[in-house]
This record gives sequence, structure tokens and C-alpha cells, in this order.
Amino acid sequence: MSGTPTIAIRAGRLAALKGLGLVLVGILALILPLIAPDPATTGMAVFTVMYVGLASAWNIMGGYTGYISLGHAAFFGFGAYSFGLLLNHLNVAPGYLPFVLVPVAGLLTAVLAVGIGWVALRTRAATFVIVTIAFMFMLQLLGENLVKLTGGGAGLALPYSHDWGGGFFNVPYYYAMLVLAVLALVISWSIRRSKFGLGLLAIRDDEDKALAVGVPTRSFKLTAFVISAVLVGMIGAVYGYYVTYLYPQFAFDPLIGISMVLMAFLGGLGTVSGPVIGALLLEPAQMEFAYRFGASRLYLVFYSAVFLIVILLLPRGIVPSVADLVHRWRRGAAGPTTTARGSREAVKAASP
Amino acid sequence: MTLVLEAAVLGILTGGVYALMASGLTLIFGVMRIINVGHGALVVLGAYLSFALFRSLHMDPFLSLVVTMPAMFALGVVLQLVFIRPLKTDREALSVLVTYALALGIEGVLGYVFTTNFVELRAWYETASFAVFGFHITWVYVFGFVLCLTILGALFLMLYRTSFGGAIRATMLNRTAAQLIGVDVDRVAAIAFGIGVATAAAGGVVFGITNAFNPGSHYDLISRLLTIIVLGGLGSLRGAVIAALIMLVSEDITQVLISPVWANFVFFVILVAILIVRPQGLYGVRVRDRI
Repeated sequence: MSGTPTIAIRAGRLAALKGLGLVLVGILALILPLIAPDPATTGMAVFTVMYVGLASAWNIMGGYTGYISLGHAAFFGFGAYSFGLLLNHLNVAPGYLPFVLVPVAGLLTAVLAVGIGWVALRTRAATFVIVTIAFMFMLQLLGENLVKLTGGGAGLALPYSHDWGGGFFNVPYYYAMLVLAVLALVISWSIRRSKFGLGLLAIRDDEDKALAVGVPTRSFKLTAFVISAVLVGMIGAVYGYYVTYLYPQFAFDPLIGISMVLMAFLGGLGTVSGPVIGALLLEPAQMEFAYRFGASRLYLVFYSAVFLIVILLLPRGIVPSVADLVHRWRRGAAGPTTTARGSREAVKAASP
Repeated sequence: MTLVLEAAVLGILTGGVYALMASGLTLIFGVMRIINVGHGALVVLGAYLSFALFRSLHMDPFLSLVVTMPAMFALGVVLQLVFIRPLKTDREALSVLVTYALALGIEGVLGYVFTTNFVELRAWYETASFAVFGFHITWVYVFGFVLCLTILGALFLMLYRTSFGGAIRATMLNRTAAQLIGVDVDRVAAIAFGIGVATAAAGGVVFGITNAFNPGSHYDLISRLLTIIVLGGLGSLRGAVIAALIMLVSEDITQVLISPVWANFVFFVILVAILIVRPQGLYGVRVRDRI
């Protein structure tokens, strides 16, 4: 990199701009329920922040290692159900106390994720995708069939607080989701800058070579898988508490599993900020569309159209495309080629 | 015991249908290295096309294949040209997402046109049955089985006895090498995709007569079909046929011996077992970094 002063100043400015933007977004996220207290907005905010967390968590596995899991809804539903059962069997009073138990649901999800990961990670690429889908349907089926435990198709009721009436109801859930989303982001960011993260990127670029140079691929993949699943499970737990009634086909919804993938793809696979941007753009749009056309199922067509456009026109996502533009602008006309992307990112990741 | 035998016979007959649907899926994978997650939705679309022809023209469901199979072949070629061919980088992962999106789009359109109520294809052989050694077998299962065997047979003949089939198999083995010896792999891919989608139409008719379906039925269907092709080994037609028979027979036997609600579960148990013992499936080949 040529270190002329102007470029250094520009880079410094860019970093400052980034930091300022981050602070502004953080403040906005914190005070959102105060400036827009109506339930329609806060309700949308709960789901948007939920997807920020889900997409970021998914990205830790799917983006960094390149192992595309389409079955993360399995962990989402499992987190929701195990949390609901925990509350019901321990007779936890509704209110703020249940939020303390969310990590317990995360822990249970970890146990499941180790099991699923152990089997699924024996496969690669296409087979891995299929196996994750299969596991999701397997859990959905268990949710339907273990009637004594889950209530089956009749659903599972969770306790909810009667004190949080009216406009306030969404607020505690919003902050709970926000905490989890920030947690997912912090974990994602620190993995991206760690040696572990570098190993994951190496696996994405060429797993056999990574193994040959001494990356413990098996344990790295499993660790990333479990971290990602635990975060998704905890978010599922808060979701279950929020919707207060769980049904197998909605808790283990393939659309939830594919939504987080789409958001990560739209924003930029394997970047920290990509899934956030993808979720912020897509979830409000999806909710608006589902609200308007939900009854006619046309919203599925909308969803599919967005999906196809993103993948065909912007296969690398928003963040990498913009980053390339910025690079080109900083370096003059000769921009880096796309093939150099993986290694360049790896270098960036290695030097914090 | 008779019940178990009857279940096994039924399993083989329905297994034939799944063998046909799964071979379309595995053919597409073999040629293009893409997983068509939309295959289930295409099967449901095929069923709905026959349903529409039946409703408007009172056309017999099996006869309607004369219309729907070429139509679905054309649709498959178009889908391949528009959505699959443009994928240049990271094809395998992206194609899963693209075909998933296609499935959602098909589900949405079908839901809009036909509503989400369950429908069924009707014909005289749907309920009429005959007795063999004391079992009662409904005609539709036999017709469906024969139809699927015929199409599967034609598929195998085409693959192993024609030069175009040779081009397909060459592309499956090694895309670059096939290109080097003068195979137009893009054309092969488009036609193979069309064939796969056309077989989905045939599978859809039999599926539609033996099951009530709605636009959302494809989720259940695709999870079974994907499990079958993983069990058989991705890209192996022989594997898909054998895996379909194993799966459906064990499912039907579970239904009789344990309970109908657990029948589906057998699929997953077998899948997990096979992945632990043989991650590449029954007839799969373990290629470096690709399985």
C-alpha cells in the first residue's frame, strides 16, 4: 500500500466516519422506544433487531467458514421450546426474571448443536446444506409428535406478564433482543479479528489446504457452528417469550432459516456489518409486504423476487461491493480484482 | 405379518414414484453440481397443472402428462437459462438459495391462483382396487409404479444407449474434460435440467392422486427427496432408486408396526445413521473437497 499523506488522512477520516456512524446507530437503537413509542413501530423493531442478531449469528458459521446452513431455524425453534418448557416446569413468574433464564436455553441449544454439528460436519458443501435442512424438519416433526412434552400441533403456551399492557409490551423484548444482537455482533467482530477467525476464513477458501497448514478444521468448524447455534437459540428463547404461544410449524419455520441467510447474503457474506445492513433493509420491507399482502401469499412472490435479484445482480452483497468501490476510489482507477478478495480480507483480519 | 408384507408392497410401489422424483433431482445435481431445492415445488406445480387441466377440460391425470411434461421441460430449460446459468462464482451455495427462492415464488403463485386449500387429483383408479393373495391394492399405485418404471427405464436407456446420454454422463464425470472433447456442456446442462423438471411433472401426477396437496406441500416433499439423494449418494441415479425404495418401505413398515406419526421420522434416523457410517451415501464417490 502506498502511504502518501493524503491517503492516510482519507483513511483516518473514513475510520472516524465509521466510528461516528456506529455511535449514532447505537444511540438511535437505545432510544428508539422513546422516540417512536407506538406498538406498531416497536413491534417491527423487535423483529428487525431479532433478525440483526440471527443474521449476524448465522454469519459466524455460514459467512466465515462458507458452510451454508439452511436449518438454523432448528436452533431457533429449539431455543424457543426449551425456554418455554423451562418456564412452565419451573413455574417461573412472568416479568423480568425469565430473561435471566435465556442463557440456560442457550446452553441446552449448545448440547443439541454439538450433536447435530458432529453428524452434519462429516459432510461438506451441498450435502451439508441438505443435512441441515433435514435436521430442521426432524426437529419440527419432534415438536409435532412429542405431544406430551410440547403440546404438539395444539401449541405450547408460555407465561406472559399482564403488567406490560398497551404500548409498553414490546419494550422489554426489544431491549432483550437488542442485547442479544449486540452480543452476536461483538462475538462476530472479535472472531473476525482473531486467529480462530482467520482459521475459519482459511476453511472457506480451501479446507484441505487449511488442514494441511495446521488449522484444526474439525474443531474450528464445530466451535463456529455451536457459537452460531447458541446465539440463534437464545434469540429463539426471547422470541418464544414474546409471542407467548409456540407451534411447531412457526417455531421451526423454514422461512426463518432462509431469511437470516438472505440477509447475510444481501449485506455481504463474511463481513461483520453486512448481516446488520441486510436485516435492517429486508425485515421492515418484508413485514410491510406481509402486512399488506399476507392473506394472498403474494408476499412469498415478493420475497422470492428480492432473493433472486440479490443473488443474480449482487452475489457478493452490499458491503463488499461498496468496499471495493471505496478501495478503487482510494487507489485510483486500478481496483483490486475480485479473485484477490479472500486473501486481502484475510490480511485485514490478521492485522487489527 | 400380512400387514407388514402389505406395507412392504405398498412401500415398493410408492418407492417407485419417489425414485422417479429423486432421480430428476440427482440428475440435475450430477450434471450441474447444483441442488435444486425447488424440485419439491416443481412436483407440486406439476400436480397443480394436471389439476387445472382436469378441472377445466376433465382430462385424465395420467393423460394430462402428454401436455404437462413438455410444458415442464420447457419451463425447466428456461429456469436453467435465466436463473442457474448466470451463477458464475460459488455456484453450489448460490444455486441452493436461487432454487429455494424459486420454490417460494412457485408456492406464492400457486397459493394466489389456487388458494392454500388442500386439493386432490381424481380418477376412477384412485379408489378402485383389486385383490392379490388377500391384499387389496389400489390401481393407482400400480399405474403410478408402471408409469414411473417406464420413465425411469427411458431415462436409463437415454443415458446409457444414446450419444446425448453419453454427453450427459461425461459432463457428470468431469465438466472440463467433457468440454475439451467437444461436449456443449451448457446445452447438456439446460436439457438435463429440463428433463429433471419434466420427471417432476410425472412424479407430481402420481403424488397428487395418492396425496391431498396444497402449495405448501413442497417442504415435506423436498426434505424427503433430499434425504433420499443423500442416502443414495449425490449424483447417482442407481443410488437414488435404491434409496427411495429403502426409505419408502421402511416408512410404510414403521407406519404399521409403530405409528403413522413416526413414519416420517424413519427418514431422518436412516439419514443420520448413513452419515455416521458412510457420509458419501450408498453409491457416492468421495471427491476431494466436494462431498
